[in-house]
Amino acid sequence: MFKILRRQEMAQGTVVLNEIEAPLIANKAKPGQFVILKANETGERIPLTMADSDPKKGTITVIYMVVGKSTALFRDLKEGEGYQDVIGPLGRPTHIEKVGNVLCVGGGTGVAVLHPITRALKEAGNHVTCVIGARNKDLLILEDEMRAASTILHVCTDDGSYGHHGFVTQVVEDVLKKETIQQAVAIGPVPMMKAVCNITKAFNVPTLVSLNPIMIDGTGMCGGCRVTVGEKTKFACVDGPEFDGHQVNFDELMLRLKAYCEEEKHCYEDYCQLTD
Amino acid sequence: MAEKTEQAGRVPMPEQAPEIRKRNFDEVPTGYTVKMAQEEAARCIQCKKPGCVTGCPVGVDIPGFIHLITEGDLTGAIRHIWTRNALPAVCGRVCPQEAQCEGNCVMAKKGKPIAIGNLERFCADYEREHGTGALPPKAASTGKRVAVVGSGPSGLTVAGDLILKGHDVTVMEAFHKPGGVLVYGIPEFRLPKAIVAQEVNFLERLGVNVQCDTVVGRTVSLDELFEQGYDAIYLGVGAGLPRFMNIPGENLIGILSANEYLTRANLMKAYKFPEVDTPIPHGKNVVVLGAGNVAMDSARTAMRLGADTVRIVYRRSREEMPARKAEIHHAEEEGIEFFLLTNPVEYLGDASGRLTGMRCLKMELGEPDDSGRRRPIPIKGSEFEMETDLVIVAVGSGANPLLTQSTSDLALNKRGYIVTEPETGKTSKRGVWAGGDIVTGAATVILAMGAGRASANSMHSYLTLGW
Ligand SMILES: Cc1cc2nc3c(=O)[nH]c(=O)nc-3n(C[C@H](O)[C@H](O)[C@H](O)COP(=O)(O)OP(=O)(O)OC[C@H]3O[C@@H](n4cnc5c(N)ncnc54)[C@H](O)[C@@H]3O)c2cc1C
Ligand code: SF4
Ligand code: FES
Repeated sequence: MFKILRRQEMAQGTVVLNEIEAPLIANKAKPGQFVILKANETGERIPLTMADSDPKKGTITVIYMVVGKSTALFRDLKEGEGYQDVIGPLGRPTHIEKVGNVLCVGGGTGVAVLHPITRALKEAGNHVTCVIGARNKDLLILEDEMRAASTILHVCTDDGSYGHHGFVTQVVEDVLKKETIQQAVAIGPVPMMKAVCNITKAFNVPTLVSLNPIMIDGTGMCGGCRVTVGEKTKFACVDGPEFDGHQVNFDELMLRLKAYCEEEKHCYEDYCQLTD
Repeated sequence: MAEKTEQAGRVPMPEQAPEIRKRNFDEVPTGYTVKMAQEEAARCIQCKKPGCVTGCPVGVDIPGFIHLITEGDLTGAIRHIWTRNALPAVCGRVCPQEAQCEGNCVMAKKGKPIAIGNLERFCADYEREHGTGALPPKAASTGKRVAVVGSGPSGLTVAGDLILKGHDVTVMEAFHKPGGVLVYGIPEFRLPKAIVAQEVNFLERLGVNVQCDTVVGRTVSLDELFEQGYDAIYLGVGAGLPRFMNIPGENLIGILSANEYLTRANLMKAYKFPEVDTPIPHGKNVVVLGAGNVAMDSARTAMRLGADTVRIVYRRSREEMPARKAEIHHAEEEGIEFFLLTNPVEYLGDASGRLTGMRCLKMELGEPDDSGRRRPIPIKGSEFEMETDLVIVAVGSGANPLLTQSTSDLALNKRGYIVTEPETGKTSKRGVWAGGDIVTGAATVILAMGAGRASANSMHSYLTLGW
């Protein structure tokens, strides 16, 4: 068993943080990589990109939104209980390099994945401008952590309950108009990543995105995670999860994420809405 | 039309009726009784130069164990098999006997080979149900540590051999359950998972440490394993890279690799959804591309999941179908249709990205190709459409690069498989052996086990004498 050492609820209990004892994985994990978790014997294998790892403590941290049957099962695990299986670290780590000015954009729980990447980019000597957003103030996560990890932080809410009123894309466009950015990173719901990429493309700013297709093994043996990048089929679990956002076929990804909405009418209804 | 598995003269294997079994996941053949086994064993004429043994890749003394069955010494029979084959309950069920022992049996000339597979299976099942479970003796501890990467038949064979020789053995498996293809690929109705679990449990009782959830190359590297004090490593990671058709529309919803489909069904038990949490697509008109064991397993799984029609689409003819005869026969009995000399050229979908059909071409056979089989060539103007909402692609697999590419000093061939010394399984990296599908490409359970045994012998002499 992989024990949960710390559990914290965020965004009014819709988002949960688990710090999990997994020394072998913690020892190897790098920003951008993911793990596959399985709660119990009958559970599904669910991939989650790590929000943090601590080789000294031997722990990894995941932050997830409760969207279906499996994440609801995860939510019910208490401190001291644990996951039957945690497998990783999987996928390629983010390429961290000093390029100058970097723009990091995060939406929803994507902010959790963006956090360690932002921190590493700043530690590498970059000037990091961050834009994070949520539907409303209550759903915003990791604001303080992101402020500490970035050089400048902009916060937006769709309903204007906090920070800029509007989508992250509006702030992204403002930033790109005013500053010269060498590299962008966008992580969040698929429609958000797609919208951000449309803007950064117009400004010719290379943009990394982190994709979350349906996975089983996470080691390249099933091909369930295939995505189209630059007209080529890639397996997100081994070729990604990060890709050049200007090459990704986001529309196909959004459709493929709904593959099981029929089978799991109840379980995945919320999830499907999220990707619309 | 169907090749008869129940050849005249043989004691027929009792099995579930096709109409019933095609909708359940219980094992199809139910096994011989003692009386049936003895009756079948009595047909063996105990050849002086038995053809069957030469046909067996691991040289099981077939007349020897069959004789023990006729004597009523069932405990002796299984122990006799074990000296050559550690997984008879598995092999009796999945080996291509018609191309091995049974194909080489003198009685095969008259069309009545001894049912060696059925007898092997019988001995193993009898022991599992009635045996004492007593462990074989183990050599004194050598203090040497061995890591076996991958828990398929080849890794399990190495683990079993080396633990008995007194070494300390840890098996590392990427998945959350051990068994390799035996648990994630081959379905319950052909190889009950309880049998695989019991084989693994037997190794654990002998002292083998089975560590799942460990992706070697990611969680830990080969060099780190040596730093941790392992003295030798065996790589039995299989050929886990799905091949697709690379034709337009392949990323539509409703097109899965057989690896994904079977992993969902077998490893994740998705056929029990929603009792378990992993879903699996339920197609109405299912098409399976390919005609090997993997294709038959996929087609029969789709039928059991309630499909209206299940079609095997294969670009060559019946003679070239690589599946075991028994599987083809069982598939036909269960109502699976065969569209031979047919090749898909494009998948068709609707606005929501879901598969609706497939455009195909009819083929004819031309001159033999590299594989010695006649090359299928498209017939001009033969295009037609086939309605389907689920396609399972079972056209072969390749070498998964995850581990091999994270290990720089491991020599690979141009297709990405590990190069080894044939007799010993030694790789180019000191202290590392490899065998099974990751060396040969997708092959069979028994060949993977044979490679494991050869490597185990070589590893033992390295651990006791040196490289
Ligand atoms: C659906 C199907 C049906 C088949 N039917 C038959 C049949 O009827 N008869 C027959 O003889 N053969 C059959 N075969 C072929 C046979 O199963 C294989 O040839 C055999 O299992 C190969 O054994 P192996 O030990 O080399 O590898 P595998 O059985 O593939 O096992 C490899 C194991 O290594 C693990 N692994 C991979 N990479 C890593 C890593 N980096 N770290 C840790 N673990 C790793 C995998 O998860 C897997 O569990 C079938 C195959 C399939 C897929
Ligand atoms: S070849 Fe056939 S008849 Fe002869 S010993 Fe083997 S099983 Fe018996
Ligand atoms: S999840 Fe199976 S290949 Fe990526």
